[in-house]
Amino acid sequence: MPAALGAVVLLLVVLGLVTFAVYVHRKLLGWMQGRHGPTHTGPYGLLQTIADTVKLLQKEDVIPAQVDRPLFRLAPIIAFAPSFVVLAVIPFAPGLTFADVGVGLLFYLAVASVTTLGVIAGGWAANNKWSLIGALRSAAQMVSYEVPLALSALAVVLMAGSLNLNAIVEAQARSVWFVIPQALGFVIFLIAALAELNRTPFDLTEAESELVAGYLTEYSGVRFAFFMLGEYVYLFAMGALIATLYFGGWLPPHPALAFVPGIVWFLIKALFFAVLPFWLQATFPRARVDQLMGLAWKGLIPLAMVNLVLTAALKTWL
Amino acid sequence: MESHYWSDYLLVAWFIALGVGLPLVAFGLARLIRPHRPYPEKLATYESGVEPFGTSRVRFRAHYYLIALLFVLFDVEVLFLYPWAVAFGQAKAFAFVEGLVFLGLIGFALFYAWRKGALEWK
Repeated sequence: MPAALGAVVLLLVVLGLVTFAVYVHRKLLGWMQGRHGPTHTGPYGLLQTIADTVKLLQKEDVIPAQVDRPLFRLAPIIAFAPSFVVLAVIPFAPGLTFADVGVGLLFYLAVASVTTLGVIAGGWAANNKWSLIGALRSAAQMVSYEVPLALSALAVVLMAGSLNLNAIVEAQARSVWFVIPQALGFVIFLIAALAELNRTPFDLTEAESELVAGYLTEYSGVRFAFFMLGEYVYLFAMGALIATLYFGGWLPPHPALAFVPGIVWFLIKALFFAVLPFWLQATFPRARVDQLMGLAWKGLIPLAMVNLVLTAALKTWL
Repeated sequence: MESHYWSDYLLVAWFIALGVGLPLVAFGLARLIRPHRPYPEKLATYESGVEPFGTSRVRFRAHYYLIALLFVLFDVEVLFLYPWAVAFGQAKAFAFVEGLVFLGLIGFALFYAWRKGALEWK
């Protein structure tokens, strides 16, 4: 029962985090581009996201006449729900995992891929050519990058000998953070994660300069808000997963720093990797669709396989 | 151990309920405070401002289908490797050779698809 209540608290905390993340996103991008970002709503523009949310809630719900209505209404829910469900298996601190399931990592990957269905359902249901192209591109991109993502995570499983995320963190307590032996795997994972999250340089799904808004073209108001909310929750979830797999989760960087609670270390690492995509967004131009597919299939997948063999060799003879 | 297992998955179900519940509550709430004034132009499909041209149930690149097929193939193979990775510590050298054979086969399949041009995006 306390865990069930805790889940509600987590949902509220995540909503708060997202509100803050959207603000940080706009502020950071603003500064990197020599602008100020939001300044008018509340002190330092801090209330900007809240104002935007209220505005989105008030917007008229336009469902175009040619739309497949049931699917159109269902799609934002399919896209959003998994982003929150994956947080159930994340080890936030020692003893603070909501559902400490044995197949934690597999659960994350499996549930996260459900979002692809929401995206393609939304794009198809909209019955709009921009949406259709955007949804197809998005689905192709998300499934292509899921293979290197799963392959590079596999090397971490190999090192820890478990799929349970707590066991993976504890295995790092016994040796070193897996980012050191898995440097190559980490780079592959990070690139694939960026593509899974549809962030620049892989934001072809929304490519506003060529596809209007991709699969989101016909969405407005609350439904649009939930697609966006899902994206931001995933940023945090993916940051949390990267911190857990490669940076020791709630472990302090040095045993002497163990007096700082584990949750603090976890949040520092997870939030850093949640904010990193914003920085990259200001740095990189958008990739072309052929470059995108080529990178996944001809670059990352073979590399991830090599990484896996090397890891297995390391584990066998060391 | 068993009760722990079920309570964990019960909690997962609760997370799903919350994840689905939040959008439903928000949609219900928004329904109360938003206007509803539709007219034909507003309900037209967006096509950069011109009159929509047919529906979008059109033919599209078959290559997307090829990518989907490749994905199913490789994702299932990666799934097969997960139990292998977990159990690796129990039979190191033997498991290594086995894994090498399996990865070799996948690698060959990828090489084949590459040479056949399935990975080219033109």
